[in-house]
Formats: sequence, structure tokens, C-alpha cells
Amino acid sequence: MSALPYLAAGWMLLVGVHGLVTSRNAVHAVGCLTVVQSGTYVLLLAVGYRRGGTAPYFTDIPAGTPVVDPVAQALTLTDVVVGAALTALLLALVLQTAKRHGTTDPDALTGLRG
Amino acid sequence: MSRAARVRLFWAAALLFAAGYVVACLELPPLGGPFHPYGERAVAAALGRRTANTVSSVNFDLRGFDTLGEEFVLFTAALGAVLLLRRTRDEHVSAPRPGRVLPTVRLAGTVLLPVVLVTGVYVVAHGQLTPGGGFQGGVVLATGLHLAYLAADYRVLRRVRPRAVLEVAEAVAAGAFALLGLIGLVRAGSFLENVLPLGTFGALASGGQVPVLNAAVGLEVASALVVVLAGFIDQALEIES
Repeated sequence: MSALPYLAAGWMLLVGVHGLVTSRNAVHAVGCLTVVQSGTYVLLLAVGYRRGGTAPYFTDIPAGTPVVDPVAQALTLTDVVVGAALTALLLALVLQTAKRHGTTDPDALTGLRG
Repeated sequence: MSRAARVRLFWAAALLFAAGYVVACLELPPLGGPFHPYGERAVAAALGRRTANTVSSVNFDLRGFDTLGEEFVLFTAALGAVLLLRRTRDEHVSAPRPGRVLPTVRLAGTVLLPVVLVTGVYVVAHGQLTPGGGFQGGVVLATGLHLAYLAADYRVLRRVRPRAVLEVAEAVAAGAFALLGLIGLVRAGSFLENVLPLGTFGALASGGQVPVLNAAVGLEVASALVVVLAGFIDQALEIES
């Protein structure tokens, strides 16, 4: 079953979106979004994986040693950084919403308020 | 849309997506295969530019322009978080009360704080050689600083964390990346083109501009993280409505 990591990534996406759809708390929703994003890490790392490959740095291994795909790793790194920054921004938004509206339930937010 | 309708819509979409996704996954190349055309080219390019850590070479050399965009995503997100978390007119600040810290925690924090900071600097500085780099090292630096909060209390953290300086450092680091790109444009004819000597493979001075861009990103990540966490901690401890 060599497609299992790919399927696991899709599963994480669906579980996260399910959490987003049914969420009654905005902090919980932000957590679910990070689960969705973790699915992309799993997918990228699965795509870049190479059986028998080692970490892609050549300080103490000879050139020509099989390594895992560094491009997929670099993309995952980008993903992690952007994800962390986005999570911080979203949590700050939730904090403001809680202060202004007194609730973190997305369904209870009905109108715009200054 | 009502709650029940929303959940039904999700299930319909999820089943459709799952069916298509499973078919797509079964057609993908098997996991761990030897065919990685981009990876092989990236490794060859990194070795040619005397950068031992291929991931850093991809991020700061091959995809340098992309990383510039990523750095500005980080900068903008941190700026947005700080704006959202600032004190508004109807809120006032109260001094947080010091909490009790177990002596063992205090000792562990005091011993670990300098170790973690040195480790962070090491990870940033060796980004072109070993796994790690500006992003990872920056996070180590910023989280390490918060050992002061765990081991002592908020007032100590405020003393070891000059927030105003770090806010400036964040902007300067983001600007430095763009400026290095412009130097490449002026000296070599294209944005972010390497103008530095490539150095010796495997030595600290190797990879041309990679360590310099790495350092800029390390400073940016560390200061952005500290500033954002400062905003959150202020909200939790000091600001009352």
C-alpha cells in the first residue's frame, strides 16, 4: 500500500475541513485550519520521500549519495513558516472578535460592528 | 445557511473529493521511488554553488525571490497581529503580579537560556552547511528568549526582550533581504543574483549570498515571533478593559 501517505494527507484535509464546518468556537476553527495545513506537509514530504535516501545536505556525505527531494522539503519549510504566521494573525483576529462581540462562536456573529 | 444544511453540503463535497482524490493517489508514482527530476537538478545546482545544505540552496539561491515573498508574508502577518493586539482607548494597563516559580524550574531556565540562544545563533549561522537555517534558527532564538518568562516572570522577560528594538530589527531584516536583491540587480544584472565569492565547499564561508540572506531571515523570524508573542502576552497579562 504505497499510496497510504498520500491518502493520509487527503484524510487530514477532510478531517480539518469537517472541524471547520462544524466548529462552534473560532479558536477551535483556527486549530482545524492548522490540521488542514498539516495535510499539505504530509503530502509534500511523501512526494519528496526517496527510499534509502538521507537528509539533503552534503557536509559529511559524498556527492552522489541518494537524498530525499530537497525541493519538496524547501516547499514544506515555506508552508510551515507561512502557516505559523497565519495562525498568529488569525488568533489575534479571534481575540479582537471576542473583545468586541463577547463571543467566539462564528454562528453568533451576525453583523458588522465598529 | 443553516447548520444542518452546511454539514450536509460538507459531506456531499467530501465524498466527491475523497473519491476523486483516491483515484488520483493510486495513479501517483509509488512512494519513495528514485525518480526526482527537480530534486536531482537542485542537488547538482547546490553542489555547483558550493552550498552543502541543498534545502538552503533552494530557498536562498534557486528560489531566492520566492523566499523574499515569503519573508514579506511573515512581516505582514506579524504587523497585522501587532495592530490587532494593540491596546485600544477603552482599555488600561495593569502591572502583572509576579507568580511563584519552582526553584528547579528557575534553575533549569537560567541554565538553558544562554544554551538555547547560542544554539539558535549556531543553527542560523550554519544554515548553508547543516539542516537548519534562518527560519528554524530564528524560531529557536525567539522561543529560547521566552524561557525567561517561564523561569522567572514577565518583568524579567520585558527586560531581556527590548520590544521597540526588535520591531525595528524586524523591518530592517525584511528590508535587508530586498536590498541584497537590488545589489545583485545593480552589480550582476538580475535581482538576487549572487555577487559574493562562493567560498570553500563545507566551510562556514560558502554558498555566496546564502549565509547572508539566511542571517537576514533569521533576524526577521526571531524578531517577528518575539513581537507577536509579546502582543499576545500583553493581552493576557497586562491589558484590561
